[in-house]
Amino acid sequence: MKFQIEDITVYFPYDNIYPEQYSYMLDLKRALDAKGHCLLEMPTGTGKTIALLSLITSYVLSKPNSPLKLLYCTRTVHEMEKTLAELKLLHEYQLRHLGPAARLMALGLSSRKNLCVNQRVLAGENRDTVDAGCRKLTASWVRALAAENESVARCEFFEDYERAGSAAVLPPGVYTLQDLRAFGKEKGWCPYFLARHMVQFANVVVYSYQYLLDPKVAGIISKEMQKESVVVFDEAHNIDNVCIEALSVSVRRQTVEGARRNLNRMRQEIDKFKATDAGRLRAEYNRLVEGLALRGDLPATDAWLANPALPDDILKEAVPGNIRRAEHFIHVLRRLVQYFEGRLDTEEVVNEGLVGFVSSVHNHAGIDQKTLKFCYDRLHSLMMTLEITDTDEFLHIQTICDFATLVGTYARGFSIIIEPYDERMPHIPDPVLQLCCNDASLAIKPVFERFQSVVITSGTLSPIDLYPRLLNFNPVISRSFKMSLTRDCICPMVLTRGSDQLPISTKFDMRSDLGVVRNYGRLLLEMASVVPDGIVCFFVSYSYMDGIVNSWNENGILKDIMQHKLVFIETQDVVETTLALDNYRKACDCGRGAIFFSVARGKVAEGIDFDRHYGRLVIMFGVPFQYTLSRILLARLEYLRENFQIGASDFLTFDALRQAAQCVGRVIRSKADYGMMIFADKRYSRHDKRSKLPGWILSHLHDAHLNLSTDMALHIAREFLRKMAQPYDKTGGSGRKTLLSQEDLEKMVEGGMNDMY
Amino acid sequence: MSSGQVIKRAKYKTTVKDPGTPGVIKLTGEKFVFRPNDPTSHNKLEVDFRLIKSHKNTKEGSNKPPWLNLTHSQGSYIFELESFSDLHVCRDLVGVALSKHGEAAKVISEEQLSPAEMTLRIKLLQEDSKLQKLHKELVASGKLTESEFWATKKKLLDRDESRKLKQRIGYKNSLIFDTKPTSDGRINQVKFQLTPEIKYQIFALKPAVHQAFLKFVPSKMSEVDFWNKYFKAEYLHSTKNAVAAAAEAAEDEDLAVFLKDDEILEVESRKKVRRVDPTLDMEADEGDDYTHLPDHGLFRDGSKEISGAQNTLYQRTLLQDLNRQGAVVLEGKTLDMEMEPPRTVAEALARRKQGESDGAVEEERRNRISKMTQIEDLQAQNDHHFAPLCIKDPREYFDSQQANAVKTLNDSQGGSVKIRCSLSSEEAYGCLRASISNIKAIGLRDPLFSHEVAVKVLNGLTKNISSTKYHLGKNSQDSVLDILPNATKEKLLDHWVSSQELLRHFWSSYPITTQNLASKTKRLKDAMSQVYSKLEEIKISAQSDLRHQVSLVVHPMQQALDAALLHYEADIKKRNAKGPKPNGYV
Repeated sequence: MKFQIEDITVYFPYDNIYPEQYSYMLDLKRALDAKGHCLLEMPTGTGKTIALLSLITSYVLSKPNSPLKLLYCTRTVHEMEKTLAELKLLHEYQLRHLGPAARLMALGLSSRKNLCVNQRVLAGENRDTVDAGCRKLTASWVRALAAENESVARCEFFEDYERAGSAAVLPPGVYTLQDLRAFGKEKGWCPYFLARHMVQFANVVVYSYQYLLDPKVAGIISKEMQKESVVVFDEAHNIDNVCIEALSVSVRRQTVEGARRNLNRMRQEIDKFKATDAGRLRAEYNRLVEGLALRGDLPATDAWLANPALPDDILKEAVPGNIRRAEHFIHVLRRLVQYFEGRLDTEEVVNEGLVGFVSSVHNHAGIDQKTLKFCYDRLHSLMMTLEITDTDEFLHIQTICDFATLVGTYARGFSIIIEPYDERMPHIPDPVLQLCCNDASLAIKPVFERFQSVVITSGTLSPIDLYPRLLNFNPVISRSFKMSLTRDCICPMVLTRGSDQLPISTKFDMRSDLGVVRNYGRLLLEMASVVPDGIVCFFVSYSYMDGIVNSWNENGILKDIMQHKLVFIETQDVVETTLALDNYRKACDCGRGAIFFSVARGKVAEGIDFDRHYGRLVIMFGVPFQYTLSRILLARLEYLRENFQIGASDFLTFDALRQAAQCVGRVIRSKADYGMMIFADKRYSRHDKRSKLPGWILSHLHDAHLNLSTDMALHIAREFLRKMAQPYDKTGGSGRKTLLSQEDLEKMVEGGMNDMY
Repeated sequence: MSSGQVIKRAKYKTTVKDPGTPGVIKLTGEKFVFRPNDPTSHNKLEVDFRLIKSHKNTKEGSNKPPWLNLTHSQGSYIFELESFSDLHVCRDLVGVALSKHGEAAKVISEEQLSPAEMTLRIKLLQEDSKLQKLHKELVASGKLTESEFWATKKKLLDRDESRKLKQRIGYKNSLIFDTKPTSDGRINQVKFQLTPEIKYQIFALKPAVHQAFLKFVPSKMSEVDFWNKYFKAEYLHSTKNAVAAAAEAAEDEDLAVFLKDDEILEVESRKKVRRVDPTLDMEADEGDDYTHLPDHGLFRDGSKEISGAQNTLYQRTLLQDLNRQGAVVLEGKTLDMEMEPPRTVAEALARRKQGESDGAVEEERRNRISKMTQIEDLQAQNDHHFAPLCIKDPREYFDSQQANAVKTLNDSQGGSVKIRCSLSSEEAYGCLRASISNIKAIGLRDPLFSHEVAVKVLNGLTKNISSTKYHLGKNSQDSVLDILPNATKEKLLDHWVSSQELLRHFWSSYPITTQNLASKTKRLKDAMSQVYSKLEEIKISAQSDLRHQVSLVVHPMQQALDAALLHYEADIKKRNAKGPKPNGYV
């Protein structure tokens, strides 16, 4: 359908639209007009992504002389693929209506591991080995060597891509990662470098958060993006955690040992070069005198993930004299590693500020702040000079340099925490020196500064006023949308008592109580016998899940549960979890039915949809609080209290409840879908906890469902499922319209929006 | 074949003993013609099928030659064909022709029965006296033919004939629990159960064990040793003592095979993960995850778990096992279960391979993702060619029924009210006045009714009620039948069974598409009316105080028979009516 929003003609690839999608677009449009940032919360299952994509592409289409670039950030690769698939649908629709004028170039960008088509390189197990495998075949010096010596292996895809030169371009269109790979295979061009190249010309780029937020990646990938870009962070409820993690580094014993080995190896390489090719080291020295900015001239294949945390003027500055020579730099690093080792050798927990740490480094190791700041870039320059291709072997020294650069760059917002052992396992010595970022705004600050509009959107951003404070920005629009429902297709319940009427909770003093464990098991068992197809369970942590599954196994509940449905479990092994999920879906598809056990802060909770028959019921066992004794968390809470006046318990509850809401929100994807949500913990019945749930859940949480026991919940479930299985009128019938056709929309616009909202 | 004609060499015999005249038999839809090879012979035949009453043939496997016997009113024509395949062709054609001609083309099935089947039937009849009685009553009296009788008893025959099930049984959801050790707690000993089924499950669950079995048995160790070793490993594992497991594994390399992680599984899962649904592919995320590099991100913030243990190699967790068994259950059994000895099982299992090309997988992945992205209810509604299934809340249904009932109740009342209302108010007033003045004039009679009448009525009623009450009220388990005299009861039950059987046959023969069925229904109708009249007799002959009960029992039976008879009449009328006949009707 096609409709007007103020002066923009919006092309929307479906025949109907939800009213909230329309008002979402309206607000988004106003934010774009104002060239400002915005914060939009809209419940899951209302088609955020397509609304966003169609508005922004239509906005660009209607203003051809001021082209905007859309940088769409997703958390996971499969969300990336889904977004691109939706965009493809939209693009086809626009092409049908506008013809070639609507052409655009959209692509997904991911690491070599997901884009490479060279079977030899792909054999590597993780990203680093694939990256290194690629470098071994494509680094400029390797190729130079190969030109002379036939026996040196090269990557045929990259060679063909290079040979095609400027002719190697993607025709306009929408390319998912799969499409890119297929295109690359067909043409014989390397999809990774092709995509990297095409990013400059693309109208829409879809990639991971970290390509914008993580300093290790952002510089190289995102530095060419123009200011006139719209950056979208989708599913952004966890964005503060991503920011914080991106700037945190830790050093352990293994790191120190590994770094030593790396340094020895580099030392040997330097000696070798001194004997054979001294000119090379001298050339590097000269380059460093002129400044780091020259790095931009390096061939694309050699380029490193650079550090945007460095302000521009530093890039042009010369590298400090004491680390310009390779041997000197190695010496500095040796001293630094030595210092870290000394600090790790402690019996007690240390918590200190950045300033104190830097001065201590200066006093004990004789390394000043400026030198620390340049470590990262100096290391990469050196590794390039030494023609090191097996970069995956050098991760440890890179970690040390990351640490040093961060310490040298920032003066506040971090704390250094040294712990001799893990709090939960005091008998195993495992000292760790952690640089933890407390301020989420540090990582995202360059993004807010560089780009014209940043859109932060998710299904759960409540309380919506907290995010601007955490991320330190001023949104021009910040709004939370309600979901207009045709029928009560979600059924949240708070279960406070088990089948024996005793309270249930995962509170620390109760969680190992056998009665609670049994009550949880009974709950699942009873539900499994009533609910068709898929059930998803979320636990508060892996260890809790492991414990409870084992005790269910011992007392036979697990076997009883398996009489009804198959059981699949998320583990810390990603491959296994992926396969378990795939099998779970198969079991739901074939009618056998299945239960998936997952963890509230795990990867599944973050990115996998359990829509339709893949999830008719979610059970949230307990309140997913963070481990509150963690020193990192305590440091962060203190920082929040001092700088943002956010109370510790407020923040913890907020964090736990957004995780819980995120978990249960996985079951619903469209209004035709339906699902039940059980919050199984007595603490949810307390107002201060419950009220932090997003509005769209609260509005369906009836007072009668606030204090249930297992048998009552079972009764409600039966009723609900029976009701939902009926056919219904999708448009919402006589009352408020929940599905608008083009006609409805036009009428509404004439009558003004006010009567709808 | 039915449309064409069949020409076969055959010998014509007038009697069974006759050596026969060789010649050629030609069968068409209408008639059969026999031409002897010797043109001088007198045995030329040209007979319309109309004259043929039935046909029989000898059975393959019996020691008689292939004979086709066509019976007519005076005798029969016997043809000896050259082979049984010829015979079958001819028989089929004759069968079609006969049924087409409306003659009772009864394929006398007794001759086609194998002796085994026959003995089975006899055995069944001997075992079940009721069935025997029914058989005697219905078949012996000609109400049903033998084959008709057994047609509805197929289940009985099937069950005894073959115990194999058509559908293959899958795995149980909880198959990993099959190999749990049991311990009686008194002696220091655990027991594992092992059946071929369990062996098969173990092989499916653990390819490494499977591989080891193929490798070691029987060249290196005996099967018993193998399983002993395996269960020892299992037991070690179940004690959750990773250190002990590691120590044992270091000593015995064969044991290590069972304790270590399964490499085959790992390779397989790596392969599988490539073709997994792209919306689930979390492995791809790893590629973009720069914060969870080793030593990056927050290390000890409590959100991550502690792996702790050193001997991860020997720590297969329950969770992994559960996932694995789920996968195996979904894959399903690939083999039949009769697979002793395990050696062959293992080999058979090894043989299966999946060969799907990568291209097809990619294509499928792409399709799946585009299917996932569509938001279904925003799409324009496509025309459904079917009415949506509407399952109402059953209570709603009953409520509405109740409302209906109330309505009808109201209706009936309304009707009476209406009658009254048809009186004008003046008339009503007049009527009332008249009766009042009447009462005024006479006064109310002191006893409204005479005592005697009242007592008589009361006694009569209570006697009738109390007798029933007396007999029935004692025990709720007692049925009306128990108070009837034994003979009546027996008779009633017999009639019940036979009428049920008849009804079943009756209704199953509708719609009547062949002449055969028409004649069958006629027979059944006659039989049913006999039963009906017999029931009537029972009703009348019952003692007076039991008559009510008997009629209560008989009533539903009669109703059912009534319905059948009515249907028969209506059907006859319909079929005799002129005009185009509906499809398939004769």
